[in-house]
Amino acid sequence: MEYFTQQLINGVTLGSVYGLIAVGYTMVYGIIGMINFAHGDIFMVGAFTSLISILALGTMGVASVPLVLILTLVVTASLTSLYGWTTERVAYRPLRGSFRLAPLITAIGISIVLQNMVQVTQGARVKPMQPMVTGGYTLMEANDFAVRVSNIQIVIVLVTLVSLLGFWYLITHTTLGRAQRACEQDMKMASLLGVNTDRTISITFILGAALAAVAGLMFLLYYGVIDFFIGFVVGVKAFTAAVLGGIGSLPGAVLGGLMIGLIETFWSAYFSIEYKDVAAFSILILVLIFRPSGLLGRPEIEKV
Amino acid sequence: MSGRFVSFDLGAALKDSFLASLVALGLAVLILGMKTQSGAGQGLDLVTRWGAVGIAMAVVFAGRFALRLYWSYRAGRLPQPGAAARTVGGLREWLARQLRFFVPAVVGLAFVLPFLPFSDRYIIDLGILVLTYVMLGWGLNVVVGLAGLLDLGYVAFYAVGAYSFALLAIHFEMSFWLALPLSGILAAFWGVLLGFPVLRLRGDYLAIVTLAFGEIVRIVLLNWYQFTGGPNGLSGIPRPSFFGLPFSPNDDVMSFSKFFGLEFDPMHRIIYLYYLILLLALATNYVTLRLRRLPIGRAWEALREDEIACKSLGINVRNTKLTAFAIGASFGGLAGCFFATRQGFISPESFSFIESATILAIVVLGGLGSQLGVAVAAFVLIGVFEVFREISQYRLLAFGAAMVLIMIWRPRGLVGERKPSIALGKARAISADMVAEGKG
Repeated sequence: MEYFTQQLINGVTLGSVYGLIAVGYTMVYGIIGMINFAHGDIFMVGAFTSLISILALGTMGVASVPLVLILTLVVTASLTSLYGWTTERVAYRPLRGSFRLAPLITAIGISIVLQNMVQVTQGARVKPMQPMVTGGYTLMEANDFAVRVSNIQIVIVLVTLVSLLGFWYLITHTTLGRAQRACEQDMKMASLLGVNTDRTISITFILGAALAAVAGLMFLLYYGVIDFFIGFVVGVKAFTAAVLGGIGSLPGAVLGGLMIGLIETFWSAYFSIEYKDVAAFSILILVLIFRPSGLLGRPEIEKV
Repeated sequence: MSGRFVSFDLGAALKDSFLASLVALGLAVLILGMKTQSGAGQGLDLVTRWGAVGIAMAVVFAGRFALRLYWSYRAGRLPQPGAAARTVGGLREWLARQLRFFVPAVVGLAFVLPFLPFSDRYIIDLGILVLTYVMLGWGLNVVVGLAGLLDLGYVAFYAVGAYSFALLAIHFEMSFWLALPLSGILAAFWGVLLGFPVLRLRGDYLAIVTLAFGEIVRIVLLNWYQFTGGPNGLSGIPRPSFFGLPFSPNDDVMSFSKFFGLEFDPMHRIIYLYYLILLLALATNYVTLRLRRLPIGRAWEALREDEIACKSLGINVRNTKLTAFAIGASFGGLAGCFFATRQGFISPESFSFIESATILAIVVLGGLGSQLGVAVAAFVLIGVFEVFREISQYRLLAFGAAMVLIMIWRPRGLVGERKPSIALGKARAISADMVAEGKG
């Protein structure tokens, strides 16, 4: 029971990171119907800008940890958003209205470019970082096994909650969000009614990248090790989460992220750590066999 | 009309280029401007490189300005869209006429390549590599290009073929020619295995499940030490023999060189491998072209265009999809079998997602469904970038950038036209832009 609780806490932490990235996938899919394959690498860029920003702030003499984290969050979110915006501008906008596989290929191309750009500029070795947020609380203790929730886990879950709440408010209560939802429902009609669709799509990419940057910072703080290749595995799992929850559905993305995080953690804890990805992918396949549109997705009605 | 620079607004272009260079500054300031290095202590040190950031900004400024210049030049050159379309159409028709000579010429060149004076070991090895990708591209073309099923895990079948041959040869001493069809059949089984659960899925759901399938296969290969050797892979895979005659300098056995009374030369094996993959690739092409004329091939193409129409016309969608997966997979398996015997060593590293992405890129860049386009794209992507091996650090960077640029330049692929497999009277090719594609 104690072991179970501990794994539950770990799983929710991991799931929050996946959920943040999955939101970016699902939003882009909802609005322009493409898999943004480069999103995982945008997350990786977010993790790297976080690392560099923390180090740079350290050399500038900013010592207080909360201040460093908040400044880093701002820096990484804005710079990574710029990456998201540029990606859309360079690789996806010229192909809007083209046939559906074309942006998929440019997305894979951008993913390769981002990965190798970071590899060339920052080196291929893994980058370790000293833990910044330490300490934690012991929740319960029995049979020599203490259930601990560390401060960094609390920070991750809280930051995720705040980001998602802010994001939810943005989507449901602002003009911008209304434009975004309108484009998602019917791009042509929205544009006829005066919504600047190009701008709305750009903002979607910026928001998605900002959430991915937050996830990148959280990942860096939690694991303390990053390299240029983390974007692929984490990105694929986050996309799996988005599909599991029903692609296009924002609550679905968060739910899917939590599920993938929990499945992965429990599988590693109780069965084998080597096959945790196999478990996550197999569950994805199983869910899709029985619910082809995901857990919370609307079934696609096809008309002739 | 001559190329005049009409309506070129220098101020606006400069402003635009300046903004672009500011974006470049934002992108580069941390990732390029500061390098993390292992420092003296435990942590990381930062090394600044502001010069590189400046260069990046200058390059982006110049590039953006050149692009603006080109745009206004193009706007001045083309009088009206209608006339432009006509000239391009005329050029295209002229090219299409030359194609009749182009294809036999290329195939002929491929056949004599090992005996051309400039062909050394490097050129032939490169030829083998390109042909392997041509074959993989043609195999995937059945699934993606003809049946319209987006498969992001094609490399799994390549892996199945390679491991099948390796294991059969190591444990049962099976010869290449016996294992080759077996590899194809086993890969086809795996294709059906993947095909069954994804029958009901469409579009991007299909894409992610095939990707997951490819990853599952790779992870299992990586972790099942007893069977696959794990990350160490399998080594000691027998080299191919010429119908039972080994390529060996040893005079005690009946070797290839002894049988034909030749001096032993390691090049013999390379040339033999080259012809092997050339024939395998041509066989793939031939089988695909013939299948396209059969009812099953026409059903694939119909499925790509519109699944609902297919169903209402009484086409068995399930069997159509499964055969497409099985046949595409079996070609991948054959290529994998060849890969294993050529390398003599295989490990899961050779079968990562980037391979699937490369093969898919070859198919899409070549033009979906176009056999010629796939061959051209494989040559461009694999052959040309292999030449840049000296600057291998930047090779993949350039590869990714080229994928983006070619796609923006020609979204329908290099040979983006559709020719009906069967037609009343003369078959006329049309631009692929005219064809609406279903969401298979």
